[in-house]
Amino acid sequence: MAAKEHVQDPAEAALLQRTPAVIAPGHTFESVTDSIAGVVLTKRTTLGWFFGFALAFSLLMLLNLTIGKLLMEGIGIWGNNVPVGWAFDIINFVWWIGIGHAGTLISAILLLFRQQWRTSINRFAEAMTLFAVACAAMFPLLHTGRPWLAVYWLFPYPNSMGLWPQFRSPLIWDVFAVSTYGTVSALFWFTGLVPDMATLRDKATSPVAKRIFGMVALGWRGSARHWQRYEMAYLLLAGISTPLVLSVHSVVSFDFAVSVLPGWHATIFPPYFVAGAIYSGFAMVMTLAIPLRKFYGLEDFITMRHIHNMTKVMLATGMIVAYGYANEAFFAWYSANPYEGYMMLNRMTGPYAFFYWSLIAINAAMIQLFWFRSVRDNIPLLFVLSLLVNVGMWLERFIIIVTSLHRDFLPSSWDMYAPTRWDFAMFAGTIGLFFSLFFLFVRFVPAIAIFEMRTIVPEAKLKEHHG
Amino acid sequence: MNQSNDIEALRARLDGTRGREYWRSLEAVAETPEFKEFLHREFPSNASEWLDPVGRRSFLKLMGASLSLAGVSACTRQPIEEIVPYVRQPEELVPGKPLFYATAMPFAGSALGLLVESHEGRPTKIEGNPDHPSSRGATDIYAQAAILGLYDPDRSQTTTNLGEIKPFSAFVEAARAVVSGQGSKQGGGLRILSETVASPTLAAQIEALLKRFPAAKWVQWEPVGRHNAREGSRLAFGEYVEPQYAIEKADVILSLDSDFMCAGPAGVRHSRAFASRRRAETGTARNRLYAVESTPTNTGTRADHRLPLKPSEIDGFARALAAQLGVEGVTAGTVSDAARKWLGPLAKDLQGARGRGVVIVGEGQPAAVHAIGHAINAALGNVGETVTYTQTPEAAPSDQRAGLRELVGEMNAGKVDFLLVLGGNPVYTAPSDLQFGAALHKVKLRAHVGLYEDETAALCQWHIPEAHFLEMWGDARSDDGTVTIVQPLIAPLYNGKSLVEVMAAFSEAGARAGYDLVREHWAAQTGLSTEAVAPAPAPQPAATAPGAPAAPAGVAAAPSQPLSPFDREWRRWLHDGLVPNTAFAPKPVTLQAGFAKAAAPAGQGLEVVFRPDPSVYDGRFANNGWLQELPKALTKLTWDNAALIAPATADRLGLFKGEADEAFASKAPVVELKKGDRTLRVPVWLVPGQAPDTLTLHLGYGRERAGRTGTGTGFNVNVLRTWDSQDVVNGVELVATGDTYQLASTQDHWSLEGRNLVRVATAAEFAADPGFADKRELVADRALTMYKSDWKYEGYAWGMAIDQNVCNGCNACVVACQAENNVPVVGKSQVLNGREMHWLRVDRYFTGELDNPDTYHQPMPCQQCEGAPCEVVCPVAATTHSDEGLNDMVYNRCVGTRYCSNNCPYKVRRFNFLLYQDFDTPSLKLMRNPDVTVRSRGVMEKCTYCVQRINQARVTAKLDDRQIRDGEVVTACQAACPTDAIVFGNINDPESRVAKLKKSPLNYALLAELNTRPRTTYMAVVRNPNVELEPPSASHAEGEEGH
Repeated sequence: MAAKEHVQDPAEAALLQRTPAVIAPGHTFESVTDSIAGVVLTKRTTLGWFFGFALAFSLLMLLNLTIGKLLMEGIGIWGNNVPVGWAFDIINFVWWIGIGHAGTLISAILLLFRQQWRTSINRFAEAMTLFAVACAAMFPLLHTGRPWLAVYWLFPYPNSMGLWPQFRSPLIWDVFAVSTYGTVSALFWFTGLVPDMATLRDKATSPVAKRIFGMVALGWRGSARHWQRYEMAYLLLAGISTPLVLSVHSVVSFDFAVSVLPGWHATIFPPYFVAGAIYSGFAMVMTLAIPLRKFYGLEDFITMRHIHNMTKVMLATGMIVAYGYANEAFFAWYSANPYEGYMMLNRMTGPYAFFYWSLIAINAAMIQLFWFRSVRDNIPLLFVLSLLVNVGMWLERFIIIVTSLHRDFLPSSWDMYAPTRWDFAMFAGTIGLFFSLFFLFVRFVPAIAIFEMRTIVPEAKLKEHHG
Repeated sequence: MNQSNDIEALRARLDGTRGREYWRSLEAVAETPEFKEFLHREFPSNASEWLDPVGRRSFLKLMGASLSLAGVSACTRQPIEEIVPYVRQPEELVPGKPLFYATAMPFAGSALGLLVESHEGRPTKIEGNPDHPSSRGATDIYAQAAILGLYDPDRSQTTTNLGEIKPFSAFVEAARAVVSGQGSKQGGGLRILSETVASPTLAAQIEALLKRFPAAKWVQWEPVGRHNAREGSRLAFGEYVEPQYAIEKADVILSLDSDFMCAGPAGVRHSRAFASRRRAETGTARNRLYAVESTPTNTGTRADHRLPLKPSEIDGFARALAAQLGVEGVTAGTVSDAARKWLGPLAKDLQGARGRGVVIVGEGQPAAVHAIGHAINAALGNVGETVTYTQTPEAAPSDQRAGLRELVGEMNAGKVDFLLVLGGNPVYTAPSDLQFGAALHKVKLRAHVGLYEDETAALCQWHIPEAHFLEMWGDARSDDGTVTIVQPLIAPLYNGKSLVEVMAAFSEAGARAGYDLVREHWAAQTGLSTEAVAPAPAPQPAATAPGAPAAPAGVAAAPSQPLSPFDREWRRWLHDGLVPNTAFAPKPVTLQAGFAKAAAPAGQGLEVVFRPDPSVYDGRFANNGWLQELPKALTKLTWDNAALIAPATADRLGLFKGEADEAFASKAPVVELKKGDRTLRVPVWLVPGQAPDTLTLHLGYGRERAGRTGTGTGFNVNVLRTWDSQDVVNGVELVATGDTYQLASTQDHWSLEGRNLVRVATAAEFAADPGFADKRELVADRALTMYKSDWKYEGYAWGMAIDQNVCNGCNACVVACQAENNVPVVGKSQVLNGREMHWLRVDRYFTGELDNPDTYHQPMPCQQCEGAPCEVVCPVAATTHSDEGLNDMVYNRCVGTRYCSNNCPYKVRRFNFLLYQDFDTPSLKLMRNPDVTVRSRGVMEKCTYCVQRINQARVTAKLDDRQIRDGEVVTACQAACPTDAIVFGNINDPESRVAKLKKSPLNYALLAELNTRPRTTYMAVVRNPNVELEPPSASHAEGEEGH
């Protein structure tokens, strides 16, 4: 649309011709509404949904079991030790919080940059953010020795002892960063849902559904005044969210960067972490979008254009991450600090070298495939690659946390870390929580913003004016 | 099936009774046949229920029994036996203020003088007795761990006959029957088997019995005693004598396979003596130590020159050295090339230090080498200077090995009617070919007195629980002859009887209280009257307790109470912790010809050396969790023993195939050792510095009936130990099995990775460059910090200095810290997971060549950084800085994020991953130091510089309206240290010892480049090598590593 106006160059026009549209041709307001709302309003729940949900739900029950055992016996059921005080717990925390970032980036920054292709993926990307933050937030609490105290002692609340948290600790910054992030993401997601809830209320046939959607729609009538306020609120929230994309993971990276540990104490961490977060977030969006568009027939809305764009974002952020690795290695040498030097050598040749090289293979080498259009067009391959990126980013946190801790300054304290079955159970459990929520989300909430999609069908262009 | 009926019946009897009637009914209950029957079936002979956690069913049963017995025991009258507090009068007993009592720990035929801290009647901590020559205030690991031994819930608790509970009086009756039965044959069937006896009273009792029954026999057996040393002295001088080394006078010391600093109770004395010539303050008067040894020892790690030799080669080396020195009667044997290089310079050095040198031979060496050692000392004029000879501390020195073999022969021949095993566990410890257990069955009546229902108790009809030394009256001689009266700190927890009390059952006078027996013996010895005379003023001793030099000294004696002349002495002995003038006078000895005749058997194939375990000794401490979890100084292994092997030998034998990745080295290959028809499966462990083709096996493991803690740990190497090869077995065949075994080591990494953590220079290098210790590759800029603090420490500023020159890694500090600070034991699986809780660890590093490295010990408590990385990262301010510079830990506030531990460059923080404390076992509740919080699950903990001791001193000082004096606060690790390597105090006081040490050029801070500004600093090591053996260019000071 807007782009077309200043197309002069035939070569550029040809390129644009090759670029798939953000919505398949031939759609109208009605067809968009029906096909997206139909997923929710249908009475028929597919067997596949039940199967997937059951799988996710059983993992969720495993999470409950693990948390129960954790609270009864202590975090000693995990493999953490001294010197490796943090392991799966914080790896998973950083991994999940990183995944969340794509949602915010898509909904806030791309909105402000008026990237239309965001409309068909922002809703479920935001949901993904919310669920990922829920998974992530569990770890900082449960990884403590006494979570029943940590749950409120980390917050600054007035108390008779006059005790405040220790504001110099990055963990306190974390508490603020993550809780702000969670709150803003929830608000943003919910605000975006309101018009669609009204659509569902109007289209629902079952009185119960009508009532529930009605309540959630907060009395939305679609009046011009509603729209005007809605647009303003949404824009403001986007404005608030935008710095969060950068700040949350920067703060998370301070958990490491502020310490004295070789491998943690690095100024590159904030940008490197943010890029890594967006990278892994887009990989997760891709992991979710590919099956979603297939099973619910949403190929018309989540088109190859989206797939291509996401791949390109992953390529760009992945390259930043790879630059981070190179940078770490360079400064380990350039600093001439023996502890830093050994840290890098240990990553490359130590007992965890396999994981380091796997990480390099995925995050530095494999992503170069994204340069190729044929790869970007190959949906099954992209699905596998997006999963691998998630693995790679998990490994990155493993490398940063475990290999830095297990061999630090005094060789006498060096030790190995090995996860226990409960480490895996907790991780699998959060995956269960994430997918349980996601399955419920796609069944009961429109996974694509209907009203926003309506703005990009050709019909809308006739009426569109700048607002 | 009808257990519940029993309880019902008991309950029915107890129901409806109240008050006075209740008590009477209880006795009636206890007397009924039903109750006796109940008890009888309750404790069958192999009742493992005693050892297992009390199940619900047995819990109910025990409740029933103890309910009825509670009434019975309340009626026992406690005997009136006065004990005398060390420092303060009982009137001064203030709840919360501990009292110190002097006593001694009898151990392996010797004793260590102690002061025991008692909180409201509960002994909680052991310190050395500063007045006692064997201790001078320091202790070893065994003394430190004795507190846990006392409160061990697995100790045997009742006298039993064939598994049935009997009163001690029943045993007394049985003993009388034996004695009267033996009357006709002059005691021909009576045998007593004891450990080495260093108690004059007990020895006198046994000798009195032997007088009554001339045909009876007394055999002493100590699995790792001083057999060879004794025989060596007889070989050299024709009589049993004890060499007394004055190591502090020696400039040149040669250790021939001797771990004189850590083996046995004399180790404490020797360590201090050696350290007196080695500390940072010593200056140029440094001694020089040569160590020739088969297996690395703590002593060897402090040597300036160390030569690993196979056990069979040491004899040859000693002979060659003696020949070189011109000792008459010795002809040089064959020596290896490496050894030959040593001989010239060593002989020259020893000769240059005539009268100022000493040769010390290890217990594992054959008698002839001991004799050669004596001859060398005599030839060098050292006798009378650095070594003197006295009578032996053990009351009746004998050839124990021959004695045991003879006894077993008699047992097998059916000549023994009654065997009384007075302590010890010969079924486990006796050489395996003697088949002691089988022979025991041929003895008609067997009685065992011991702390545990161990392997020997299981094969004896009678078992009498032995009183722990902290529960009994007794006496003991230390190495130099000094006698200490052992006074109890607490009434026996489990009705145990001391050996003296057990022996009294066989005397004409019959069973008596230990108190009376010991007093009578000493009254008779001194010839003083025990009749009270007119009131006498209480003696005023000048002695003081550690940490309280200003405490008003006084002996508990009410002035109005009449005291007998003996009592006056007695009270002073108890108070001082020693009987004055009992140290032996030197004894003239003359060397006899032919002492060096017996040559050691030639070495052949793999040689296996047996050594007492550094932690559990001969197995007697197997059930002590503190010792089991104590990382052994050289291997850092816990909870197990292993076959120690040199890396080169392991390589040659094809063990550790491929690259032995250190990180996973704790998965050790299991080998089978074969000698004749004896085989032993045991994991191997690499030890740099071990002699080639030599395996070291530590005794004391593989116990079958040690208790819940010790049973099943490690491997019983006694299987390979036969009567004629108790020290070394030659020609052992090693077969790799392909199996692996998980060993739990607390320090997997050997080398320093090129990091300059332990700073070392030779004396010459130090003289040339006095500032070497604080030269840094990386320098921290004080201004480079996010959190600038201009805090001035105006009052006290606590600091510590650790002298690596003298630390020999004996571990006493580690156990002392554990005892003082209620540090829990976590068990092998948790150690494997890197979760040991020791607040203080001793890091061990090897540098130099792998086959013969230099070894350094670096005690690592919390460094109490002024710029502590842990403090800024704690989200809840649970670790904060005190105004005296302590890095405090607020357990109540800790939520357990472990960030502080991650950010600690020294990794001294310890986290309670699970509930490690035992909150349920009643006896362990008594054990804990009431001044230190018992930490629960989920909180971080660490060294506090013993803040409770600082605060105690603060209270005392404030009451006197003065400052805390230097030396008034003594941390637990410092108090225990035999080498005085740890110095603590106020660094703001320029006159304090610690402040002076920190001004030493050797002082350096570890990882100072991180801007942590630690309050704990280290003294760099200055080695004193012989330039002929180590030319200056080949210095090891740069710390190249090998692994």
